[in-house]
Parts: sequence; C-alpha cells; structure tokens
Amino acid sequence: MPSRAETLARAALLRAGFEAAGAQPVETPILQPAETLLDLYGEDIRARAYVTSDALRGEQMLRPDFTVPVVQMHMADGAEPARYTYAGEVFRRQEHDPERASEYAQVGFEVFDRTDPAAADAEVFARIADALAGLQLRAATGDIGVLMAAVRGLDTSERRRAALMRHIWRPHRFRALLDRFAHRVPVPPARAAMLACADPLAGCAPQIGKRSRAEVAARIAALRADAAEPPISAIELTALEALLGVRETAPFALRHLRDIAADLPQIGPALDRLEARIAALAARGIDVDHLDFEASYGRSSMEYYDGFVFGFYAERRPDLPAIASGGRYDALTRRLGQGAEIPAVGGVLRPGLILELEGAAR
Amino acid sequence: MSLKLGVPSKGRLMEKCFDWFAARGLHLSRTGSEREYAGAVEGVDGIALVLLSAGEIPRELAAGRLHLGVTGTDLVQEKLPLWEQQLEEIAPLGFGQADLILAVPQFWVDVDTLDDLDAAAAAFRARHGHRLRIATKYHRLVREFLRVGGVADYALVDSQGATEGTVKNETAEAIADITSTGETLRANHLKPLSDGLILRSQATLWRSRGAPCTDAETATLAGLIAQIGA
Repeated sequence: MPSRAETLARAALLRAGFEAAGAQPVETPILQPAETLLDLYGEDIRARAYVTSDALRGEQMLRPDFTVPVVQMHMADGAEPARYTYAGEVFRRQEHDPERASEYAQVGFEVFDRTDPAAADAEVFARIADALAGLQLRAATGDIGVLMAAVRGLDTSERRRAALMRHIWRPHRFRALLDRFAHRVPVPPARAAMLACADPLAGCAPQIGKRSRAEVAARIAALRADAAEPPISAIELTALEALLGVRETAPFALRHLRDIAADLPQIGPALDRLEARIAALAARGIDVDHLDFEASYGRSSMEYYDGFVFGFYAERRPDLPAIASGGRYDALTRRLGQGAEIPAVGGVLRPGLILELEGAAR
Repeated sequence: MSLKLGVPSKGRLMEKCFDWFAARGLHLSRTGSEREYAGAVEGVDGIALVLLSAGEIPRELAAGRLHLGVTGTDLVQEKLPLWEQQLEEIAPLGFGQADLILAVPQFWVDVDTLDDLDAAAAAFRARHGHRLRIATKYHRLVREFLRVGGVADYALVDSQGATEGTVKNETAEAIADITSTGETLRANHLKPLSDGLILRSQATLWRSRGAPCTDAETATLAGLIAQIGA
C-alpha cells in the first residue's frame, strides 16, 4: 500500500498537470454545513458522511466530496468560463465494507463553460484518461440525460412524469413506479378499498401532527385522478425498457438509441448531444469505436449527474472502486446557484488507487 | 480471571433473565443494597455477573469486555455494524419480544405502504419546505430500511423516549419505534404501515467473538453452553 506521503505527492503532481492545462487551483473547507448536503442527498448522506456538530454552528459534515463546495464557490463569485482543479482528502463512512478507505485523497478537474458542452465533456474525459494512461483501465460511459429526456416526454400525466423523474437515481423504486403506471401490477387491496369508499376521511381518527387533513384529501384526489389515468402505452414502455438495456460500444449504442427514438421521439435532442460528444471525444483522440456506453450507467451513484457520466475501472482488481469518475451536473449548479445556473462537468481521480495499481504492476 | 456475563440491570428484563438462567441451574442474583449494581452467580464456578444498561451491552460485547451478554436483537443490530462478525447468537430467550415498525397517524387514510409514505413525503416537502420527519432512536436500522425501500424526502429526528407523542407535539410527522402489542400506538392515534416491519426483536444471549479467553475461561464457556442447552 502506498504511504500517505506518496499519495499526497502524487495528488500534487496530478493537480499540477490540470493547472498546466489551464485550471485554477482551489481549496475548500473540510467542514461543510450539513444542511446543504442533507437537502441535496437526503438522509442517505448520513450513512456515507461523517457528521459532527457544535452548539453554535450546528451540524457539520467532513466533506464527502469537493464538487458541492467548488460549485458553491463558483456560483458565489466565479468568473466565466472557469476551469478548477483541487487535491485533498475526502471522508466517507464505510459501515458495510471495512476494506474500503474512510479517508482518501481525491484530485479533481471541473469545467464551467456554456459555449460548447460536448467539447467540455470530451475535454474532462480526455484529460482524466490521459492522467491514467498506462494503467490499462476500462472506461465506462453513459448519459443520464437520455433517460431523463425519455421520461420527461412520456405520454402520461405530469404527476407520473414527476414521480418517475424523482426516482431516476433509485432504479428499484423507478421500476416499481413504472410497473404501477403501466398497470402491470394489481392495485394494493388497501388502496382499492380506500378509493372505493365515497368519503375515506369520514369518521376517521382525529387529526394530529403537521400534515393536515387537507393534504390527506389532496392526495386522495390525486390518487383518484391517477386511477382514472390510462396506463403508459406498451409501445413507450417497451422502448423505455430497450433504452435502459442499451450496452454497446458508443457508435453502436447511438445507432441503437436512434432506432429506439422512433418510438420515443423526445430523446432526439439528447441523442444529438450524445452524437456531438462522441465526435468531440474522437477529435480529442479517444478511440470511440472501443468505448463502452451503458444507458443505465451512473443511476445508482450520487444523484447530481444529469448528462454525461463516466468511470474508469481496473478490470483485474474488481475489488477496487472506480479509479476515476465524473460527469455533467448542470442541475446541481441550478440548485446551489439560487436562480443562477451554468453548465458544468468534472471528474475526480484517486491517486492512492493509482499508486496501488502501479505498485502491483512493478 | 472469570468469564464475564452481562445482564440488563433494571426491572422486568433483569428478573426474566434471572428466571431464564435459574431454570437452567444457574442462579444469578443482585448483591448488596437495592441500588448497588453488583451481582453474584451460583451453580457454575468461574463466572462473574456484570449488571449494566441493556443499551451498553452490545458495545461491551463488541469491545470484548464481556464474554457473554443478554440484550435485544434491535440494540445489537442498531449499534453494531457487521454485527455477525462481532457477536454470535447463543440462544433467543423467549421474552422481550418487540417489533420495530414504522407508524403514521391513523387519519392518514391515504398512507398504507412505503410507496404511499414516499409520495406523501414528496408532497409534504413541497408544501412545508422541509422533509417529512420521522422520530426514532434506531437511526441506522430505519435509514437502511428506507434506503432499500426507495423512500426519499424524509429526515430522521432523534427521540430517546415517548416517541409516540412526537407527532401530536409536531416535532415529527411519523415514527419508527418498538412495539409489542400496539396499544401505545393506538392510544396515540398512530397505525403501523402494512409493509413497515423493520425488525422482529427479542432478548437474546450473545457471545463476543472478540473477547480474549484463557484456557480456563474457554472451558467454563463450553460448560455453560452445555448446561443451558444452547
């Protein structure tokens, strides 16, 4: 295992490489206000991040990643366009796997640029691929934007589209919702009984708590409206499932997705962006004919990527997490920007894992 | 040195533990005054009785400061990550049964499943500007259960007692707590979700996998396990 000093030295070297490519080095505090991260990720972040507190500032988290504070820094006073790099440690609770590090170094490269998103995607991917050259890693890529476009354009109620969008990053729950909206599963008996009742709230227990009777009534009305809604069509459903299953080299994946777009025309613009990205990657010297693309890639990770996503893996070391990963997070800048937004894409590398792989190769 | 057996120091749980061991020829008792936490063991040599809070027994077993201990499955699974690697279950004791469940107000006629809870949480957050709060002391178990169930837009708030009252007091919208008969839930106008059973718990005798044992202690342990028929 590489020592801490070796790891930090490699981190500094990698950061210097990104600086040479025009990125401005930035530092972020280790203590982050817990509220921002909890609002973004929900309660699950508590299982992944260390929480501490003091009586004055309340709950703080040891930074579980750099992306959120770097975006905040940029949204507060960054000039446009901007390229940032950073190196430092992040902290992750590991309660399920004692083999995984709870404190490790990350080096990142982030691009905030609205001129040419495809070129920015390709630049981030290519610079990170370059930093990993020689390690013989497998690159995985995907595009959450294609799935999001498909869901946004489904021929069903706005309520159903919103419910599916909310669970894009929870594949299990997404699938359950889809089955329900396609009428592939029976209505639960308790739900059916409640809907059959003329006034489900008549004679019920007293109202307690902050969720009011009016809110309960509003949801009953929504459930009634949904019960009257026709199922999502078999054509859309089949196409959506085909989309989720696409897993080929990039040019073939694009061709396959273009076929699927015959039944899901709403993904056309997202596919144009994918096509432009593949061209931009090729222009950067990436061998796109051998680049894997999985339409479902990145769905079970951190829920801020909403476009291009990628990861680099050591195939001979399946026990290791991704050596590098990243993606596009335009929506995150919107949520943290209080009205402002800017297209953004970035990625991180783990120098500790790079050294470990190099050490094993020697 | 002797083998250390940890038993809850208070109330009915302690008495029932004493009864369970007595039925197997091992007589545990409190010594000294009513208020002193000291105990004695008769029937088997080489065992020391340690009386302490049921909530601390998992930690003491994991640290190897107790060889054996009696506490609930709920406390072991809440407090010890990867608990199977740290403790071995010797015998369920057949008392202290309780279910860890998720409960919501009875008048929420629209909420019967996790699926409903998730939808209600989304609407609640949009309307009130904060996530739907669930009061509990079982943070890890509840969070993991809700993660697997795909529930979002909730927040856990800590409640170390009288959890059923938090909804009426508007410090939480729902609760996750231990119940045996459901009477306290009903009295507080709450109902369990139909798919909200997180864990079935009962008082259980555990062995620490990490506690160091001398040859004599190992022999005592084997004798004890044979005697209680586990």
